[in-house]
Order: sequence, then structure tokens, then C-alpha cells
Amino acid sequence: MTEPQVSAQDTVQRIDRGEAFLDVRDLKVHFPTDDGVVKSVDGISFKLERGRTLGIVGESGSGKSVTSLSIMGLHKPGVARISGEIFLDGQDLISSSREEVRRLRGKRMAMIFQDPLSAMHPFYTVGHQIVEAYRVHNDVSKQVARKHAIEMLDRVGIPQPDKRVDAYPHQFSGGMRQRAMIAMALSCDPDLLIADEPTTALDVTVQAQILDLIRDLQREFNSAVIIITHDLGVVAELADEIQVMYAGRAIEYSSAEDIFDRPQHPYTWGLLGSMPRIDRERSERLIPIKGAPPSLINVPQGCAFNPRCNYAHLNGGASETERPELLDIGGGHLVACHLSPQERTKAWETDIKPKL
Amino acid sequence: MTTANTESTGVPGVIEPKIGEELLSVEGLVKHFPIRKGLLQRQTGAVQAVDGLTFNVTRGETLSLVGESGCGKTTTGRLLTRLLEPTSGRIVFEGKDISHLSEGKMRPLRRDVQMIFQDPYGSLNPRHTVGKIVGAPYKLQNVKTEQGTKKAVQELLELVGLSPEHYNRYPHEFSGGQRQRIGIARTLALRPKLIVADEPVSALDVSIQAQVVNLLEDLQSEFDLTYVMIAHDLSVVRHVSDRVAVMYLGKIVELADRVSLYEKPMHPYTVALLSAVPIPDTKRKAKQDRIRLQGDVPSPINPPPACRFHTRCWKAQEICKTIEPPLVELAPGHRSACHFPENATPEQEATAQAAAKEDPATSKQNPAG
Repeated sequence: MTEPQVSAQDTVQRIDRGEAFLDVRDLKVHFPTDDGVVKSVDGISFKLERGRTLGIVGESGSGKSVTSLSIMGLHKPGVARISGEIFLDGQDLISSSREEVRRLRGKRMAMIFQDPLSAMHPFYTVGHQIVEAYRVHNDVSKQVARKHAIEMLDRVGIPQPDKRVDAYPHQFSGGMRQRAMIAMALSCDPDLLIADEPTTALDVTVQAQILDLIRDLQREFNSAVIIITHDLGVVAELADEIQVMYAGRAIEYSSAEDIFDRPQHPYTWGLLGSMPRIDRERSERLIPIKGAPPSLINVPQGCAFNPRCNYAHLNGGASETERPELLDIGGGHLVACHLSPQERTKAWETDIKPKL
Repeated sequence: MTTANTESTGVPGVIEPKIGEELLSVEGLVKHFPIRKGLLQRQTGAVQAVDGLTFNVTRGETLSLVGESGCGKTTTGRLLTRLLEPTSGRIVFEGKDISHLSEGKMRPLRRDVQMIFQDPYGSLNPRHTVGKIVGAPYKLQNVKTEQGTKKAVQELLELVGLSPEHYNRYPHEFSGGQRQRIGIARTLALRPKLIVADEPVSALDVSIQAQVVNLLEDLQSEFDLTYVMIAHDLSVVRHVSDRVAVMYLGKIVELADRVSLYEKPMHPYTVALLSAVPIPDTKRKAKQDRIRLQGDVPSPINPPPACRFHTRCWKAQEICKTIEPPLVELAPGHRSACHFPENATPEQEATAQAAAKEDPATSKQNPAG
């Protein structure tokens, strides 16, 4: 941002700008449809430094995946209306041309998709797909690239990588496919790695392996990682900071410790209360959030969460009319809620915390 | 007292519930899917999806089957509801052997055994209205309700937390959680005794998941339902189950009541599964006490010999590759199939090892044992 004239791809040695590595400002992604404008992401801002992990949590339709796709520049032009700014190491991705963003993909930023079976090409071998990505960004011979692919497969824990490199995606099990995709994403040593529900399709034992792998690789490569999930257990494992999203907006943002120990937003309370916990005494009943997530065409007036909120009546009507801003309540803990700090603390201490 | 008396009572006929009585028992249940090859379609192998299950389900309880994908839990569910016919073994429901009943003979029993499916999008016919979907069981079973089917369906919709006005709507007008409720309403139409729920909440959002879990629990206490729950989410399983059966490659490796399974798991596989569950608590992050299982579940076409878990087990020794550990009761109500159980007293370990020697099935394979 401070030195936008330095184009990213020719700086091999990156300059520490003192500015956040990834800086998203007021990002909006709207999809015009016949039924109305779908406001998938409606004003999101966050920063992420290298070596840190941001967890984005929310239910389906809260805009988590759309956020990540717009960072990667994967929305079709003309279909999505994108506004705001996304700075990756000083370069604005939204005003950059598609060709420029394409050059960044793979090298500077890479993505792990939820469903590796549909994200990998069934016609080409796994090795071929990793080699292809590697050779786009590195001027090397096929032999060198193939060796690199084998190394990467070995690094992510695929047995007999020298043989498996010639296998097709369908010959891999779900966990191995996800590893292969991680290998592909990491083949060019990206600075920013986005993992969109990387373990949702996997069994717990494999999930544990993949989470360990992402954590180890991040330490090794010092990348910035965004992990998108609906599973609070997964973010607790990985994330340093957590952003909770609801109906296209961030409603709470803080360090992972604060989200779990001192959550402030009623929606976050709801998420925590509706999960059965394996590490606590078994509660008699779960505390679900009433109702269902809103349609993104007709987001409720005021606070989008107000129809489902148990505390909306405490705000003298403000919940229904005025949209709460995401404000810092101290210590970098941001929350978008009309409740006064006293009421919030009271509700958390008396109603919520004892039941979790 | 209600055994084999399924045809006479009307739908809302209240059955005297006998909590604790055996409702379903399964003995040596096996399902192998043949693999055929070549012009003559000769059988060249078999997917051993379910390979010798023995357990029972008592009235009013919730028994959960857990395990990784490919361990045979869904196949077991389909066998219990007789959507599949077992290769061998017996399924006894209310004292009646249903393992090889014909389609026609099975039909009256379908009233008592119902299923909730995983995918609320795939399991409802998109061209039928909610009324038709939920009312279908009445039509198929020729059941007359007191005030007509429509009234009965609307009552069911209310019961599962939908509005009776939804009667004429189509499935696509509903969200995932609501669709799952429609599926549950259909399941409940004939007041079944046993419900096999195959991953009933795994396709739903967290906040909706809790609503459906609570609904299932309320319905259970209201109608004295018995659930066989198939799930992979161990935290949900702990919340809903009375007993849990852990499956690995077509076999039950551990079967115990909820408390002892979660507090004192004995089979190494159960221990590994439990330790792999991510815990929403950042203080746990520092602790790396997780057991990392290597690799994936082996193929059920060619499962490892003897103890099927030995290829991934950190405690495996020579005996695990030669003698299959039987599922023995090591503590009251706690059965485990392992030569070297975890969390076990020396006596329990001795029991496990003695049982392996006595087991006739294994001694045949290994005369020395």
C-alpha cells in the first residue's frame, strides 16, 4: 500500500513494509440475480500477517467462501460485483487485471478446496497437475518439476511418492487426495494459503492428520493462512485470530483465546451452545439458536441476527432499525452488537457460561 | 406382549413400552458384496462390508454405530431395516427372524422399523408436496386415520416443529434443517418402534444440528422410540447415545455404555478416534497428546488378517497378526476386541488374552493358540 509501484512478482526478497501482509478493506461481493441482489459479502475488513492464521467461522451462506474466492480472484467478471480493497503485500488485487492476479495465484497465494475430488482434474495424473502448476511459475525442465512434485508428495505424507506421482485422483482415498491438493497448493511455496473447509469431507483421524500437516507446513514456510470452516473445534486447533461471520458481515473478531473464553456476540454464544462438547460434562440439552439463517437477498433490517437473538429486546428497538458497527471493545476484540458492555457481561456470566 | 402383533393395531395404537426389553438382536451378521469380472461375470472377490456383527438393541435406548467411512456402519443400518439382505447371520426383531423375509412378508414390519436418511435433499421427492411425502406411509400401508390423512399429516408437521400450512409446499421451498424435519415427520407417521437414523444431522449447520438433535430426543421420550444412530461425529454421539458400538472394517471393535466408552476407552482404535476429535478450547492447542494414526482404513476387499486394526495400531505385536481378538466383556457392559486393551486392569488384560485362546473361531485358524 505504501509502495504500490513495486510490483509483487519481481520482488524476490520481500520488503517488510510494516503494513499487514494481507489487508482486506470493506470488501463487498454482490451477485445480481432475477430475485434481487444477493449480498454474499457486505463489508468485511481484516488484516493478516505472515506466519499467522486467521480462522473464518460461520454457517453456510454467511459469506465465508465467497470472501476467499474474491481474494483469489476466482469470481467470474460480470457475474459478481466486487468493491473494496484487497492488498496482498501492497498490491491491490481488485484493481489489478485478471492476468496480473492469475500470475499471483499459485505463487503468492494458493487455495485448498473442500472437495478434492471435484477440485482435481480426473483426466490428468496427480503428478501432472502439480508439475503444471510448478512450471507455470518456475522455468524448469519437466524432469526437475517432476522431482519437485515427488518431493512435495513425500512432504505431505503420501506413501511411495515416486509411484503415486503417476496415479490418477480417483486412485487416491479422500485423505490422500486432500494431501495431494495440499501438495499442489504448496508446490510454489505460496505466501498466503487459503484453506476452505479443508477437512469437512474427511474422517476425524484423517482430519487430525491434515490439521497437523497444515500447522507444520505453515511453521516451515512461514505463510499466512486463512482457514474457513464451520467447525469451531478445527479453528481452535489452528487459528490465532478468529472472525465470526453472519449474513455476509463479520460480527465478532478477536484472538482465538478471547472467542472461546470471552465471546461477546450472542451469535457466537449460540454457536458455542449448540455444539455438544466432548471435553465437558454431558449437558442434558443442547441450546440451539432458534430459527434459520436469513436469505441473503432479504437480510433483516438492523442487526441481521435480531430475529434469532434472545437479547434483541434489551436494546430499545435499535436491533431492528440500526445496523451495529464492528467496534473495538478493548484489546483488539471487535464486536458488532448493540448490547451494552454491562448487559453483555451479565448475559455471558449468568445465562451462557454456566451452560456451556 | 406386543411381539409379532404388528398387523392388528391402528396407527396411534399405544404399545405398552417395556423399557429394557430386547427389541432387536443381531447375531453374526455378514454382508459381502460380490465383485464380478469378465464375460461370465464370475465372482472374483467380495467387499466385506459387514463381517460378523453381534449386538442387541433394547427398547427405549439409543445405540450409536461410529467409525470411519468405509467401516460398514451404513451397510449395517440398511441390513437392520432390511433394505439389504444379509449374506449370513440373523436379525431378530421382536422375536421374529427377519433376516431373509421376502419383500411382501417384510412389508407389514416396515411400519415398525423406519429410517431417517442423511441427505435431506436426496431423500425427498422434489415433485411431491410435503403432504404427499409425509402422507405416503399411510397410503402404502393402507392405514386409515381417524380424521383423514391430511389431519394426521398436519399433526405430524406440528410435532416436528413445522407449520401445518406447509402441507401443500414442495421440498425445494425449505431449508436443509426443515427438510430433515419433513423426513423425520414421514418416519414418525406410522409410529415405528425402531428408527435407524443414518447421519441424521451431519448435513446440517451447527445451529440447526442442535435443533434436530433436541427434536430427536424429545420424540424419543414422547413415543418411547428406540434409535440406532449411525454417525461419525463423536461429540454428537456422546450427546445422544446410551450405548456406543465402534466399528472398524466391518467389525465391532468396542461396544460399551456411553460413560465408560468415553471415559475409559479400551480398544486402541477408540482411543485414537477420541483423541482425534478437535476440541473447541484453545488451551488444548499447546498439548500435543494426540495419537496420530498413520494412513487410511485398509480396503474391505482385502482386509488385514486377524485383528484388522493391527496395520495402524501402535500396540500391535505378533499375536495381533495371527489371532483375531474376540469381542469379550472386560467390564460390566463393556466389550472390547483387543489383545492389549487400554485403560485396563491386569485382570482385564488377562481376560482378554485368555479369551483369545479359548475362542473356537480363532483356534481353528491357529491350532497352536
